[in-house]
Amino acid sequence: MNGSALLPWMLVVPLSWATGTVLLAHRRHAYTHAFNTVGSLLLVALAATLYWVTREHGPTTHALGGWSAPLGIGLRADGLAVTLVLLTAIVSGACGWYARTSERTERQGKGTSQRYFWPLFWLLITALNGIWLADDLFNLYVGLELLGLSAVGLVALGDGEASLSAALRYLMAALLGSLAYLLGVALVYASYGTLALPELAGLLSREPITQLALALMTVGLCLKTALFPLHGWLPPAHGVALTPVSAMLSALVVKGSFYILFRLWSDVAESVVTPLAAQALGALGAGAVLWGGWQALRESSLKMLVAHSTVAQLGYLFLFFPLAVGTGASAAALATQGMLLHLVAHALAKSAMFLASGTLIASVGRGGVSDLAGVGRHMPMSLFAFGLAGVSLMGLPPSGGFNAKWLLLQSALAGGQWLWLIVLLSGGLLTAGYVFRVFRESFRDPDPGGGRFTTTPRAYDWVALALATLSIALGFASRSPLAFMTNGLAVMVRGQ
Amino acid sequence: MNGVVTSSGWWLPLAVLGSSLVPALVIMVLSEERQLTRTALNLTAAVTKLTLVAYMTWSVARGNAYELRFAMLPGVDFVLRADALAMLFAGLSAVLWLFTTIYAIGYLEGSPNRSRFFGFFSLCVASTMGIALAGNLVTFLVFYELLTLSTYPLVVHRGTTKALNAGRTYLRYTIGGGAVLLLGVALLTSVAGDVAFADTGSLVSLIAQDSTMLQLIFWLLIAGLGVKAAIVPLHGWLPVAMVAPAPVSALLHAVAVVKAGAFGIVRVVYNVYGVETAQLLGVLAPLAVVACFTIVWGSVRALFQTDIKRRLAYSTVSQVSYIALGIALFGPWGTIGGLMHLMHQGLMKITLFFCAGNYAETLGVHDIDELDGAGARMPATSVAFTVGAFGMIGVPPLAGFVSKWYLGLGALEANMPWVLGVLVLSSLLNAAYFLPIVHRLWFRPQLRPWPDERSFGTGETSRWLLVPTLATALFTVGAGVLASLPFSPLRWATLISVRVYTQ
Amino acid sequence: MSADRLYAYVGAALVALSLYAFLVHTHLLRRLLAFNVMGGGTFLILVGLAQDGRGPDPVPQALVLTGIVVAISATALAIILLRRWFVFSQATALPEDEAQ
Repeated sequence: MNGSALLPWMLVVPLSWATGTVLLAHRRHAYTHAFNTVGSLLLVALAATLYWVTREHGPTTHALGGWSAPLGIGLRADGLAVTLVLLTAIVSGACGWYARTSERTERQGKGTSQRYFWPLFWLLITALNGIWLADDLFNLYVGLELLGLSAVGLVALGDGEASLSAALRYLMAALLGSLAYLLGVALVYASYGTLALPELAGLLSREPITQLALALMTVGLCLKTALFPLHGWLPPAHGVALTPVSAMLSALVVKGSFYILFRLWSDVAESVVTPLAAQALGALGAGAVLWGGWQALRESSLKMLVAHSTVAQLGYLFLFFPLAVGTGASAAALATQGMLLHLVAHALAKSAMFLASGTLIASVGRGGVSDLAGVGRHMPMSLFAFGLAGVSLMGLPPSGGFNAKWLLLQSALAGGQWLWLIVLLSGGLLTAGYVFRVFRESFRDPDPGGGRFTTTPRAYDWVALALATLSIALGFASRSPLAFMTNGLAVMVRGQ
Repeated sequence: MNGVVTSSGWWLPLAVLGSSLVPALVIMVLSEERQLTRTALNLTAAVTKLTLVAYMTWSVARGNAYELRFAMLPGVDFVLRADALAMLFAGLSAVLWLFTTIYAIGYLEGSPNRSRFFGFFSLCVASTMGIALAGNLVTFLVFYELLTLSTYPLVVHRGTTKALNAGRTYLRYTIGGGAVLLLGVALLTSVAGDVAFADTGSLVSLIAQDSTMLQLIFWLLIAGLGVKAAIVPLHGWLPVAMVAPAPVSALLHAVAVVKAGAFGIVRVVYNVYGVETAQLLGVLAPLAVVACFTIVWGSVRALFQTDIKRRLAYSTVSQVSYIALGIALFGPWGTIGGLMHLMHQGLMKITLFFCAGNYAETLGVHDIDELDGAGARMPATSVAFTVGAFGMIGVPPLAGFVSKWYLGLGALEANMPWVLGVLVLSSLLNAAYFLPIVHRLWFRPQLRPWPDERSFGTGETSRWLLVPTLATALFTVGAGVLASLPFSPLRWATLISVRVYTQ
Repeated sequence: MSADRLYAYVGAALVALSLYAFLVHTHLLRRLLAFNVMGGGTFLILVGLAQDGRGPDPVPQALVLTGIVVAISATALAIILLRRWFVFSQATALPEDEAQ
C-alpha cells in the first residue's frame, strides 16, 4: 500500500460526507445515522491504515490532482501529521456516536438547526485534516478559515441567545485572527516568493520584515488558540455549544491553530525566532494556566468549568516555546515530546470530560456544579469517566497527561528554567482543585426527596469511558507514539 | 529496550497486581443488588492474591527474581520487581487485605454505594501492591498517586458534609505532598537518570560533586512521603480522616496509606540513596530527630482524645514514626527494628481499629468513657483489643516488644543513646493512653445502657466482624512469640538488613 | 513609486483604518464591514508587495481569488448569525460590549 495514494482520501471522504449529509437532510433519521456511522468507521480505518503505512515506509507527500506547488495543493504526511489525523478520526468518531445517540433519544425537535449539524461536522473534519496535512502557508490559511467557520456554525446550533452571542464573539475573533495570519503570509510571499513550508525552512532569515510577518501570524494564531489574555471568546463558545460540539472544539479545533504555530516556529522559522519572544509566549502560557485554573475554580456551571479548564490546559502548550528556543538540544527535544504528548492526551481527556459532563447534566437536568449532589450514586459510570479524564488533566500518573508533564518538567530542569517548573506544578494543583470540586458535589448525599435523575443512554457512558481510557493508556505506552511523532521534525526539536 | 523484557516469570508481579485491579473494575460496573457475586469476587480475589504472594515470597527467599519492565517514557521504564523488601510489604498487605475485606463485607451490610466502595477498595489494594513491587522511583510515584486517587472516594464514602470536608483536607495534604514528591523525583532523575531501586542504593558516585543537591532532593522526597507517613507537622489529615467507615480507617492506618509513606521512606534511604550514602550525606540524624519528635508528640496528643478512633489515629502518628526512626538509626539492628515494625504496627493497629468498629457497630459506642463494662458484653473483642493495646505498649512477648527491643539495640549501635529515652518515654505514654481503656473494659461496671445496641443472635457481634479481629490479634501474639521461625517478620527483616549494608 | 507599491501602501492604510474601526465599534454590522475592508486591504498588500518590481505574478492573484471566496463565505455566515441574533435579542451589539 502506498501512503501517498491514501492522502487525498483524508480530505475527500469527509468532504463527500459533508455533501452527502446535505442531500440526506430531509430524509429519515435512520438513513442519516447509518450514513454517518459508515463515514466515521471509514475515516478511522483510513487514518489507521495511513498511520500504519507511514510507520512502516516513512513520510510521504502528494500533489492533489497532479498540480504541484505553487498553484496546486500539496499534502505532506509525516509522523506528527498522521498521528493527528488518526486522533481526529478517533475523537470525531466518538463525538459523532454521542451526537447520533442524542439525536435518536432526545429528539429535541430543533428541526432547522439539526439539519446543519452533520454537514458542519464533516466540514470541520475536512478542515482539520487539511491543516494537519497542509504543506504550504496559504493552504493552512484556507484550512484555518474553513475550520473557524464550521466551528462557529456548530456553536450557533446550541440553545438560544447565549449560543448566538457566543458564536458571534467567536466569529469576530476567528476572522481577526485569520486576517492577521494572512497579512503575515503576504509579507512572507513578498520577501521570499514561495509559501511552501519545506522551501521556506531553508530561506527564512532574521530580517525585520520576516520578523514582522512571523509576529503577525503568531498573534493571529494565538487569538485563534485562545491564548491568555486573548481567550475571552473561548469559554462561552465551548461552554454553551452542544455537548459533542464542545468536545470537538476543545479537543481538536483549538489545536489546529496551535499546530500551525508550532510548525512555523520549529520547522520553518527556526532561524528567525528569538528566545525573548519565546519567553514572552511562555509567560502568556503561564498566565493562561493560572488564570484559567483560577476561573475554573470559581465557576458555577459545570460545562463552563470544563471550558475554563481548556484555557488553562492550552497554556501548557505554550510553555513549549521558552523551553525549546535557545536552550540546547536535549531540553528542546524533551519540550517537544512533552508538548506533543500533552496535545494528544488533552484532546482525549478533554473530549471525554465534556461528554461525561454533558451526560451528567442530561441526567440531573440542570447545569450547575452544585446541582450534582447524588450523581455519584446514580451515574457512577459517567462520573468514573469524568474522573479518569480528570486524572490525565491533573497530570497525575498513570496517564498521558502525567507523562507529558514529566517531560516538560525534565525539559525545564535540563534548561535550568525553574520558573516554568513552578508553573507546571501549581497548574497541576489548580486542576486538582477544580476537578475535585466536581467530585465533592457529586459524592454529596442528596436530600431525601430532592433531586430526580433521568436515565441516560448507555452509549453516552461507553463513548466517554473509551476516550478517557485512551488518555490513561497513553500513560503506559507513550514512548513509541512519541518517537513516531517527533521523527522527521526539524533538528532543533529532535535533539541528538 | 522497547517492549516487554522478560526475566524468570515476569507475569507473576503482573498477576499479583491484576488480582485486585481486575476485580476492582468488574465490581465497579456490577449493579448494587448483586451482593453474592460481589462478595464471592472479593473473597476469591483476596485469596488468589494471598496465594500468589505467598508463592512469590517463598520463591524470592530461594533467590529467584521476578521482573516486568517496559519503556513508559523516553528514558524512563515502568518496572515491577519482586525483591525481599517488596515481599515484606506485599505480604503484609495481602494478609491484611483478606481480613479487611471480610470485615468490610460485614460492616457495610445493607448500606448504599457498596459497588463503588468495594471497587475503590480493591483499586486501593492494587495501588498498594504496585507500591510494594515498584522497581524504580517513577513506578513508585505512579502507584503512590494512584493510591491517593483510589482512597478519596473511600474517605468521603458517607457523603455527609463532615466526610466531604475530611476528604478535602485529605486531598490538600496528599495532592500537595504528591506534587513535592514529583518535584523531588523529577530533580533526582535530571541529576542521576532513571533511578532503579538497588540493594545498596545507586547515588554514591554522585556524592562528591552534587552533595548539596542530593540533600535538597532527599528532604523533598521525605517531605512528599512524610505526608502519607503522617510525620509531624504533615500529619493533619489523619485524625480528620477518621470520619470514614472503620474498614477504611483500618486500610488507611495499617494496610495502605501511612504504610505507603513509611515504605517509601525505606525505599528512598536504602534503595535509592543507599543507607551508607545517606549516612555520609548526614541526613539520617536529622531524620531520627524528626521521627522522635513525631513519636512523642503523637503520643501526647493521643492522651487528650476522648473519641476512640481519634485516639487510635494519634497513636498511629506516633507508631508509624518508629519505622522512620529504625531506618534513620544507622546499623543493622535499627534496620531490623524499623522494617519489623512496618509489619507489627500493621497487625496491631488493624486489630485495634477492628475492635473500635465492633464497639461502634454493636453497641453504638464511639467515646472512651462509654466503654465501661464492655468487656463483659463483648469478651472476645475486648481480649483482642487488650492484646493490641499491650502490643503497642511493648509488653513482652507481643509483637511491639520485639520491635522496640531491636530499635533500642539499634540506637545504641548508632551511638544515639538519647533515643532510648524517647523509646521509654513513648512506651510510658502508650501505657498512659491505652491502659485506662483496658481498665474501663474489664474493671468498671456498666453504668448506662449502650447508646445504640444491635443484636446478632448468639454471638457478641456479627461473625464477619469478629473473625478478622481475632485472627489479627492472634497474629500479633504469633509475631512476638514465634519471632524466631522462618518467614516471621523478624527473620524476613534480618534477611533484608543483610543486603542493604555493604560491610 | 510603482503602481504595485502604491497598492501595497493603500492596502496597509486600509488595514490600519479598519482595524481601528473593528476595535472601536460595537455595532456588529460595522465590525463586519470593517472586517471586509481589512480583507480588501490585505489582498492589496498581498498582490502589490509581491508584484512590486517583479512584474505580474499569477500566484498571489490566485491566492487573492481564493481569499475573496473565503471572505464572502465568512461574510455570509456572519450575516446569518447577525440576523438571528437581532431577531432574538433586538440588539445590534454583543451583551458584553453594550455594557461598556
